[in-house]
Amino acid sequence: MNAVPRERPLLRASDLSKRYHVGRSIFPAQRRTVHAVDTISLDIWPGETLGIVGESGCGKSTLGRCLVRLTEISSGSLEFEGRDITDASQRQLRPLRRQMQMVFQDPSASLNPRRRIGDLLADPFRIHERLSAGEMADRVAELLRRVDLSPEHASRYPHEFSGGQRQRIGIARALALRPRLIVADEPVSALDVSIQAQIVNLLADLREAFNLTYVFIAHDLSVVRQISTRVAVMYLGSIVESGPTDLVFAAPAHHYTAALRSAVPVPSVDRERRQRLVLKGDLPSPMNPPSGCRFHTRCPAATSLCRSERPLLQSVGDGRLVACHHPLGG
Amino acid sequence: MSADAPLLVVEDLTVSFRGDEGLVQAVGGVSFTVKQREIVGVVGESGSGKSQTLLAIMGLIDSPRAVVSGSIRFMGQELIGLNRRALDAIRGRQIAMIFQDPMSALTPVHTIGNQIGEQVRAHEKVSARAARARAVQLLDAVGIANPGRVVDGYPHQLSGGMRQRAVIAMALSCNPVLLVADEPTTALDVTVQAQILELIGRLRDEFGSAVILVTHDLGVVAEVADQVLVMYGGRIVEEGGKGSVFRTPLHPYTWGLFGSIAPMEGERPARLAAIPGAPPSLSNLPTGCAFGPRCAYHHDDCLVRPPLVGAGGHRAACVLPETKRRHLKIQKAAGLEMQQ
Repeated sequence: MNAVPRERPLLRASDLSKRYHVGRSIFPAQRRTVHAVDTISLDIWPGETLGIVGESGCGKSTLGRCLVRLTEISSGSLEFEGRDITDASQRQLRPLRRQMQMVFQDPSASLNPRRRIGDLLADPFRIHERLSAGEMADRVAELLRRVDLSPEHASRYPHEFSGGQRQRIGIARALALRPRLIVADEPVSALDVSIQAQIVNLLADLREAFNLTYVFIAHDLSVVRQISTRVAVMYLGSIVESGPTDLVFAAPAHHYTAALRSAVPVPSVDRERRQRLVLKGDLPSPMNPPSGCRFHTRCPAATSLCRSERPLLQSVGDGRLVACHHPLGG
Repeated sequence: MSADAPLLVVEDLTVSFRGDEGLVQAVGGVSFTVKQREIVGVVGESGSGKSQTLLAIMGLIDSPRAVVSGSIRFMGQELIGLNRRALDAIRGRQIAMIFQDPMSALTPVHTIGNQIGEQVRAHEKVSARAARARAVQLLDAVGIANPGRVVDGYPHQLSGGMRQRAVIAMALSCNPVLLVADEPTTALDVTVQAQILELIGRLRDEFGSAVILVTHDLGVVAEVADQVLVMYGGRIVEEGGKGSVFRTPLHPYTWGLFGSIAPMEGERPARLAAIPGAPPSLSNLPTGCAFGPRCAYHHDDCLVRPPLVGAGGHRAACVLPETKRRHLKIQKAAGLEMQQ
């Protein structure tokens, strides 16, 4: 693969927002808006794996879909390798689709039950490349081997596979056109623990083999920690902290990251009982987010400043960005 | 009943289903006991039989194709074969159950208060007003911030965590001595899961309930359980106190489960020590040890089903010689990967 200079991100999102209108009233004043993604700026560098974590409803999946333009963005801009793709038409996007692929939580939903796997996997070649039937079969066989399935599997139907195997097929399909970027949205969360580990290992192997860049979206912190080089933590549509994985997990700067981190039950009986930060209450409604810092209603360190003024995502040195008036360890 | 008599004794429980291709065994000869005020964590993957075991205890397997045999004694009374009426006197009152999806236990058309109240009144003769007051009290006890308002709310107005709390409040309404929970936190966010786990711990401490907690998450077990059962292919493959199972797991499957979990602190391994293959299909279980085909230490002796053996209450169904196991443990301590 040709190396891209480090100075240029593969994908750059600037002030990206996605708003959904809720309610059907013809009077605009009665319509409500949900900021699923709220002015997020993000660079994704070639070769990195950016983990995006957060709880349900934080907007992480919407962000992932916006990044590859599967969901239309409401405002902001997107650049792929320096090229503005914010307003690219579907037709203009087509060559880009080869470069950016997605892997979903439930692969079955994207596998037509009436078609054989080999046939399904040949689709990308049919659409994007003119290949003879023989060449196509070879490529499909190679893809299957790449994800540790066997070429004989090509003649089977989706229902003949286990959940883990179906996810391998979903990954094979994303891989077919040798993309630069794969956005994986909860790719292992529906799988059994032992199978999760296999898929995480597979994704890491493929990253090496094909020089892939990943955006890995998941709610499971330990899986994200395992695979990501950098993480971004989301809360109610915004990034509250981002930085190198080990740093963010070992010494969170945002109180939300700290709470999330300490809430993960650890499978060990010999570690000291960590003082657990149990958050009060539930996630506020994204339709009616709190004033100021969106986390202030649940934050142990909130002050009047947090209630009135929204903190900006700012550098705290050490390669990390934090949106907090009173960061930890600062 | 004396204080240290076991609350629940399950002996040789077998659950099979008659299918087109003959009898499929979902649970194959499972035995265990639950003491009073004890939290038993049951770990396993899909098809391990953990949920069917729970359903059998609750007498909720009513498929005409199902065959349930063995013995389930609750406070000395045999539950298998008990008539519906007698079961109803126990279920909900002495044994309560919560599920992964709280909506499966809530109806969308009644208020939370009505649903908890109905539960209270099904087992106790109290007025509607008293039942409502009881509901408010219970919602408060499970940590719902505004119980006076939530009691008149409908399920769709609550978040997932609040619904699960409401269901737990309903389960608590009759002070059950045994709470049976099937993946109660799996659908919840991790910060909410932490709240619910704390609540389950409090249940035991304050209400004196025993709990059987089924989960796929060893972290959850480490957090709340006293005893651990590891299930695979419809059988218990390892059982023991939490401390010994977590410190010195005996079964290669348990090792594999631990190896599959990415650590939350310390060095990140280059690769996770995943278990190859997939859990077996129950209609086509391997002969002998069901884990055999996925096990790195599979040998001829494994073709005969291994019995649960061990000392000090910590037992495993594995015929790997003790010397070999000790050798492997040293390897593990030296940081060598256990599975190739």
